[in-house]
Amino acid sequence: MTEQRVIVVGGGLAGLAAAVRVAEAGVPVDLVSMVPVKRSHSVCAQGGINACNEVARQQGYSEYQHFDETIFGGDFLADQGPVLEMANWAPRIIDLLDRMGVPFNRTAEGFRDLRLFGGSLFKRTHFSGATTGQQLLYALDEQARRYEAEGKIKKYEFWEFLWPVTEGEGDDKRCVGMVAQDMRTMQIRAFRGAAVVMATGGNGLVFGKSTNSVICNGGAAARCYQAGAHYGNAEMIQVHPTAIPGADKCRLMSESARGEGGRVWVPKQKGDTRRPKDIPESERYYLLEERYPDYGNLVPRDIATREIFDICVNEGMGVDGENQVYLDLTHRDPDYLTRKLGGIMEIYEKFVGEDPRFNPMKIFPAVHYSMGGMWTTYTAGAYNPDSPLPAHKPGNAIPVSSDPGQGLTIGAPNNMMTNITGLYAFGEVNFAYHGATRLGANALLSCIFDGLCNGQSVVNYVRDEAGAVDDVASPVYDSVVKQEQDKHDALVSSSSGGSGDNSFNPYAIAKEMGDEMNAASTVVKSGPRLGQCMNKLSELRERYAKVELGDAAAWTNQSLSFSRAVGDMLIMAEAVAKGGLLREESRGSHYRTDFQDRDDDKFWKTSLAKYNPDTGSTDMEFVEVRKGLVQSRPRTYGKTAPAKSEPKQTAAAS
Amino acid sequence: MSDAYAHLHDAEQRRQNRKNAVPGRQVIIKIKRCDGPGKPSRWESFKVKTEAGSNVISCLKSIAANPVTTDGKQSTPVVWDSGCLEEVCGACTMVINGRVRQSCSCLIDEYAPREGDTLTLEPMSKFPVIRDLWVDRERMFHALKRVQAWVPIDGTYNLGAGPKESPEQQQTRYDLSECMTCGCCLEACPQFNLEEDEQAWDTAFIGAQAISQARLFNEHETGKRLKGERLDTLMGAGGVSDCGNAQNCVKVCPKGIPLTESIAAVGRSTTIHAVTRFFRGK
Repeated sequence: MTEQRVIVVGGGLAGLAAAVRVAEAGVPVDLVSMVPVKRSHSVCAQGGINACNEVARQQGYSEYQHFDETIFGGDFLADQGPVLEMANWAPRIIDLLDRMGVPFNRTAEGFRDLRLFGGSLFKRTHFSGATTGQQLLYALDEQARRYEAEGKIKKYEFWEFLWPVTEGEGDDKRCVGMVAQDMRTMQIRAFRGAAVVMATGGNGLVFGKSTNSVICNGGAAARCYQAGAHYGNAEMIQVHPTAIPGADKCRLMSESARGEGGRVWVPKQKGDTRRPKDIPESERYYLLEERYPDYGNLVPRDIATREIFDICVNEGMGVDGENQVYLDLTHRDPDYLTRKLGGIMEIYEKFVGEDPRFNPMKIFPAVHYSMGGMWTTYTAGAYNPDSPLPAHKPGNAIPVSSDPGQGLTIGAPNNMMTNITGLYAFGEVNFAYHGATRLGANALLSCIFDGLCNGQSVVNYVRDEAGAVDDVASPVYDSVVKQEQDKHDALVSSSSGGSGDNSFNPYAIAKEMGDEMNAASTVVKSGPRLGQCMNKLSELRERYAKVELGDAAAWTNQSLSFSRAVGDMLIMAEAVAKGGLLREESRGSHYRTDFQDRDDDKFWKTSLAKYNPDTGSTDMEFVEVRKGLVQSRPRTYGKTAPAKSEPKQTAAAS
Repeated sequence: MSDAYAHLHDAEQRRQNRKNAVPGRQVIIKIKRCDGPGKPSRWESFKVKTEAGSNVISCLKSIAANPVTTDGKQSTPVVWDSGCLEEVCGACTMVINGRVRQSCSCLIDEYAPREGDTLTLEPMSKFPVIRDLWVDRERMFHALKRVQAWVPIDGTYNLGAGPKESPEQQQTRYDLSECMTCGCCLEACPQFNLEEDEQAWDTAFIGAQAISQARLFNEHETGKRLKGERLDTLMGAGGVSDCGNAQNCVKVCPKGIPLTESIAAVGRSTTIHAVTRFFRGK
């Protein structure tokens, strides 16, 4: 038997951490990515990475509190064990990144500096300027390059994942590799692998303009979904409260802007045309501070987003009568801002043309992150209280140690494995950790945690459980290559003899899908609107069946790659909309105008989407959340009662 | 070279352009196209209607949806590399109006403010063209391997914190660590040339990017352990002494990385390293 290899698809934080951990254990890795891994979307993360630390600990914070905050922030939708394990590992992960040379900001004495972030009253966010994601990605990229130079990792960059290769059916179904395409030569070939780790990120492009990179179309996950992998909580999409709307995308303005003191406000007087500097304090409405006195500007993202959306869309109080509010840092020292937030200050200045150190930024919410994703399982750890615990109070005794193995059984082969044996999902592409809303600065953590902790599970699976992948007959691979080649050839031939009808143009179809999904399935949803959205998606799918490409090239055909992904995105979009339609409650980022309360009796459950190959659409069921560690409680973040009418009265009085 | 970089003094002009840009105007995007390696290049022009915040990316997207040239010919979508669109991944680098930069942060209002203005897009010339505006920058990642641009840690298990560091030292390293491997410094460098033969990568001038990254890791407490080996590489063929001191690199770096400072620092280190090696007799 020759070497058993592991295939990692995606080279962002999750993929790189997995590749490094697996390679380090002596199992060779094929790392497959649509882009040079150093350009993965993780570079866009700005604010930081959460972990309990000594300063916070001495004020009563703990790993357990981080866990409790994350479960609460996610409105209790996350399976609880993996979240506990992640919070417990967090300080160790920071130490490791520190050893890898990440230039974390420092205190005067040389310790790692910390900042405030949403959903916590403690400083627990480590950061590297305002380009923390970039810096963490580079550190892991460097370690991966080191292993690449030693021959332990083989990179396939500019290769696009097309389909997983499986053998067997039902419970015996196991993943034995995948098929991918070289985006330059257009060659399609199979890769044998004893396990495949999907680390392909989110699906922001389904919603048109988002904060995501152009590669985040969710195509890879959608293909696994069509091949039988289940998808959890598809409807849980995070809309980030503060982004700069643009012609090509929405650019993120990090939550760290608020963590460093940024204040969100609108003029109390509707249609006030004065420059922001000329509007006195008394005539400004600091909506988040007034509505949430405890957390103020640092309420979780879904709450900030809905409030900003409400003040603009419902109250019509947006700045200059448009959908935008001020995010104001001008009260802070400009040098301090450069030091702590230089990266995002530059982005704003470059793209808007104003210096945010001296002018309040104008921002509006934009689609940012997918909490939902490929469904994954795990083996629970040692911690198993007699009954779930109520809210943890800072400084109280901590019910469980922070040693590894409390939330997850470390190295259990099924940790973060999908329902297809040997097919794993790590990072944003899985549904674990963030429930119905992700707390800021938890994404980088969950991605690296998956790679480092659950990378060990992949190693153990390959060594102890996976059969010899060399024994799998060639036709198993050949048939998938043929399936993909046929799909490819059909798309290429669609470019000749086109009708010229714009309704079959892949870019037009993608734009209509994005507009529809953004309008119906993000900040505010309702049953009738989602029903309408499902109809629109069916219409788009009918049109997509006759899609016509603008390029028949047999070399480096980007149109083909894009058009193929549009078909997969339409299928994913249907699962997202259907999850939203069937979840008749409001929870975290999912807000239904026709069901405004959380309904734990019916919906403290994971929505599980299964692709039905016979109907070509989504079957949806709701399954139990794996809980038992903490009790559910109302998620209010101390909102003050009817604050909404205040601005109007004040405006009338002024 | 001086003409190509004159824009650096034109920041004020671009601000003015932005202020005076005509809303909803049409501009011409003139693109140097090529179907693949070894194929001839040709120019094609497209008329694009601008909207608020239009950049090169939004123009290329609108061309992709309807690729008809100004002379009415049906063409194909233009191929180009892009990623984050926030000038932090480095992917969408190209030559715009004769100068190298990221296309995502290139706002049409600043470059083509009037009706009918033309903006010219070309692929970088120091890297092999894959198709149209997309070039192969693998050589830059190869250079990172040559200078061992990593901290040689003892594995990824939990072994406690890294070395303490002063805020000043952190700031120095952070500035260097913002390098996104975009290649602007190499495109602008008169000493760095197109090299299609991979065998030659190890002896042709390595350029500012990798030299500065070598300095980044030499500055780290643990990274220093490989300092000697990094300097050995940079003292060899195509190393730091091939720099002709044109100083174009630092002028075009979108992240403002002090590249000439890095080259000087590594130059000094190699001298000391050479002398030490001489006296040690190895």
